[in-house]
This record gives sequence, structure tokens and C-alpha cells, in this order.
Amino acid sequence: MTDFIQLLFSGMATGCIYALAALGFTLLWQASGTINFAQGEFVMLPAFSMVALLHSGVPLWIAFAITCALSVLVQGWAFKRGVVDPLFRFGMMQIVVATIGLSIAIRNVVRAGYSAEPQPFPQVFPDKIYEIAGVTVSGSDIGTFVFALILVFAVQAFLARTVTGRAMQAVAQNTESATVLGINVPRMIFYTFAINAVLAAAAALLVTPTYLAKFDMGEGLGTKAFFAAIIGGFNNSRGALLGGLIVGACENLAAAYISPAYKDAVALILFMVVILFKPQGLLGTREERKV
Amino acid sequence: MMRLNWLIGLAVLATFIAVPNFLKNYGIHLFTTWLVFIIATMGLNLTVGYAGQKSLGHAAFFGIGAYTVAILLKAGISFWIALPLGAVLCFATGLVVGFPALRVQTIYLAFATLGFNTAIWLVMRNEEWLTGGNFGINNIPRPSIVGISLDGNLAYYFFVLVITLILAALLAALLRSPWGKAFTALRDNPIRAESLGIDTRGYTLLSFAIGAAYAGIAGGLYASQVQFIDPALFTVHASIMMYLMVVVGGAGYFLGPVLGSAVGVVLPEWLRFAQGWYLFVFGASVVVLMIWLPDGLLSIPDRLRARRVARESSAARAAAAHSMGRGAKA
Repeated sequence: MTDFIQLLFSGMATGCIYALAALGFTLLWQASGTINFAQGEFVMLPAFSMVALLHSGVPLWIAFAITCALSVLVQGWAFKRGVVDPLFRFGMMQIVVATIGLSIAIRNVVRAGYSAEPQPFPQVFPDKIYEIAGVTVSGSDIGTFVFALILVFAVQAFLARTVTGRAMQAVAQNTESATVLGINVPRMIFYTFAINAVLAAAAALLVTPTYLAKFDMGEGLGTKAFFAAIIGGFNNSRGALLGGLIVGACENLAAAYISPAYKDAVALILFMVVILFKPQGLLGTREERKV
Repeated sequence: MMRLNWLIGLAVLATFIAVPNFLKNYGIHLFTTWLVFIIATMGLNLTVGYAGQKSLGHAAFFGIGAYTVAILLKAGISFWIALPLGAVLCFATGLVVGFPALRVQTIYLAFATLGFNTAIWLVMRNEEWLTGGNFGINNIPRPSIVGISLDGNLAYYFFVLVITLILAALLAALLRSPWGKAFTALRDNPIRAESLGIDTRGYTLLSFAIGAAYAGIAGGLYASQVQFIDPALFTVHASIMMYLMVVVGGAGYFLGPVLGSAVGVVLPEWLRFAQGWYLFVFGASVVVLMIWLPDGLLSIPDRLRARRVARESSAARAAAAHSMGRGAKA
């Protein structure tokens, strides 16, 4: 039983990282109908930015702060202006294909221009082992869990409690009415992109110490973030957290009790079950098909 | 326009017949790979370009075909039984994979098929007793036809060319038939197609199954061509590249896959020394292409014609307005 709880907890710590990426995913979708296939690369790029800054002697937390700013500039503003805005009128699949192209471009510019080798990354949280009621948990798992949860709830609170956050939700629900109410729609959509960029940078900070910075580290991460978002409910931002935790925990348990070789299939199986029986996701609401 | 299409088609065909005779082994290898991927992406073009189903798991079918042929050939079974079996197996798998498409569309379907690809890849990697795991299968033999050995690279190339032409002709016939019209109806407006009495369920499944069968044949030919396969060839990344090949060439254009496979497979292979940079340029070009030419490279002629028509009609309008103005004065 202690084994089970240990596995469950460390799985949920990984799941929190999926949840960060998944939350960015759902926010972009709600606000602007953008499906970002480069989401995994949006985590990889900040990881390399931090690696480069650390190499030049900048302390980790300052490197993280600079990376967040860069991320908002490049993956928020430039991505929105350069890729999403011109494609918005064509429709979703065009954005999907463009972001696929973008992910290939980002991955390969890092591989060819920086390094194809995995880059080491310092531990963010103390590497201690704690024993709580007979269950051993690592300091980095606790740190990851707490940090990610704080971020997710901060975003939730921002969306639910502040005027700007409510305006963003209004834009997500009905762009036209939001315009009529005098909400600055383009600015609200930009905020969404900025939040996504910060969440991606945070995910990079949490995931890189274990998985190392490598040009293809985003490949699995982006897909799992999407699966997590669907499982939780694509049009509900609480769903991202639930989906991420479920995927992370189930993966870890399946790797231990069923087969580590098929660990990567867990998210897929959960996803298939959800879209076959409840396509709107566990917490989502149904959307109608139109002629 | 029809005549222009025919002329381009003939020019492409002449290139495929003439050029490899003057090439060394590596060049022939590139041309054979090109043809193999043309077959695979022709199938995907049917699923994606004509029937409008967003499939991101095509490399899985390619892999199923390749592994079926490789395993059966190693077991001493004839190529002429193995290849059709691979195609049939892919057809059946395609029917099964099509089922999620009846429930979900667009991006959900894209991720469902992508996940299917991951699952197949995991099986290829983990079930060593069947697939050799990460080590793959090597020394896959080449077939012979009515006593003529296809061991030579050029001979095998022409064999693949003949099969490509047969499959292209079959696809063209299919697209001209009422079935082809039903597929495009499915793409353009599924609900209206359904209300006009088209069996959308059946056609959705068929578009997957036929596309998959093409990929299976391509995979089987590929296994025999390179004589060594491993799971790395059939990853999600390979599927995504195939999807991009169809879109870049021009989804729903018959010759789109010819162009798409050239930029998606032949050029990166040829420019292997600079592969990272090539793929960077390729990825960036896809972004630019989506912004400027969302219908792919082969939509350029259509674009130009549409622009000419618009210019002519505006000139005509201007002339008409001019003469009317004069008429009013007179």
C-alpha cells in the first residue's frame, strides 16, 4: 500500500507538469480557437534559454525570470502576431499545420544551432528524501507538486476574481458580445498567449531537472498535455488540472504494475475511452455541430 | 486546364522513366524512395485531401505493411502473397481506426490517429519475438517476377514504378466514380452529404481503409527496397511528415503527393549532411506556406488563374463603366 501511495504521488507530481502545459493549451483554445501543436517545443525552448543563461553564469532564479520575459515576448507576442493572427481567418486545421511546421522548425534549429546532446540542468528543489507516515517522497516531487498547484490555482483565481480575468473569460465564451461590452478583445487574447508562455516556462523549470534539456523533449510532452486537456474537458480550465493528474498518476502506476514498456500508451487509452464515451471530457460541456 | 494537367503528368512520367537510367545506386535509391512515398501519400491524400478526415497515423499503416511483408518473407512465404496480405491487413486496420472518426472530427481525430500510431510503434518496439524490437528485421529479400529477379536496384525501381502507375490509375478511376464524389461531399459538408442520402459512415470508414491499404502496399515495397526496417521509421514524427507532404503538395490535388514527397523525403535524404538546417527551413516554410498558400503548392496555378479572371473582369467592368459614362454624355 505504501508503494502504491508513493507511486501515486510521484505520478501526480509529473501529472502537475502535464497540467501546466495542458492548462496553457485549453486557455489558447478557449480564447482564440488555437490548437498549438508546438506546445511541447514551447516548453523545450525556455529550457534551453535557461541552460544558455546558466552557462553564462546567471543564477537560476534570475535565469528563470529572464526566460519568462523572453517567453512572453517570443512565444506570446511574436507567436500570436506572426503565426496565429494571419491564420485566424482560415480556420483551425491551418493553424494546426502551421504549428506543426513551427514545432519542426524550433526543434531543428535547436538541434543544428545549439546541440543535439541532452544538456544537464541543476536541481531546483532540495534533493532530500522525506518520510511522511511511512511513505517516502522526494523533495523535488513535493516542490514540483506545490509549485505547479500554486501556479494553476493562481491562474484560476486570476480568471475568476479579477476584472481582466473575467473579461478574458467573456472573450473566450463569446467574442462578439465581449466586443459590444467594450472589452479590448485583441488585448485579452494576447494576455492568454502571455499566460500560456509563462506556464510553459514554468513547466520547463520543473521538467528539465529530471528529463534534461534535449531538442526532442517536447515531443511526448505536447501530446500528453493535449490528451490531459481532452480527458479533463477541453472547454474547462479546471479539467486541465484533473486530466494532467489522472494521466501522470495512471502512467506511473501502469509502469510499475503492468509494463514499463507500454507506459506511453496509458494516456492514449484513457483518451480513447474518454472520447468514445464522453467526448466533451470529464468536466467539459457539450458543443453542438452546425451545418 | 485538363490539357495542362495531362502535360504535367506526362512530363513527370517521362522523368520517372528516363532519369534513373543515368543515375548511380544512390540516385536510384532516392527515386525508388520517392515512388514509395508517392504511393503512401496518395493513400493519405484520399483520406485527408478528398475525404477530409484528419489522419495523423499514416506511418502506422506504412509500418504494418512493411512488417507484414518483412516477417512473411523471412518465413519463406512468397512476396506475391505477402504484399496483398499486408494491404488487406492495413485495409482491415484502417476500417477499425476509422471508427473513432464516426464519433469525433478534426483535431480530436488527429490526436486519436496519432495515438494509434504511438500504440503500433510501441508494439513494434516491444514485441521482440515478432518484430525484432529495436534491432528491427534485416536481410529482407527482394522478390522476383515470372522468373526475372528484381535484385538489381534499377530492376526493382521499374517494378515499383509499374505498381505506382497501376495504383495511381486505380485511384484516378475511383475519384472519377460516384464514390469519389461521395468522398468530396463528405469533406465539404458532412451533414448535407448525409441528408442527401450518402452513407457517411460507410464512406468515412472506406476512406480510411483504402488510404491505409495504399500505405500498406508502400510499406511492403519499402521493406523489400531497403531490406532493413526498424521501429524508428514508423514513429509519430513520420506520420506528421506524411501529413505535411500532402498539405504542402496540395491536399485534394491528384499530383500533390508527387511534389509533397519530393520536398518531404527526397530532398531531406539528399541534403542529409545539413539535415537539421533543412528541417528547420522546411518547418519554417510550412508556416509561411500556410499563411500565403493554405491550399498547397499545386494551388499556385489556380490562384494565378483566379487572379487573372478577377483582373480581366475588373478591366471589363471598368471598360463597361467607361462606355456607359460616354453613352450618358452622348
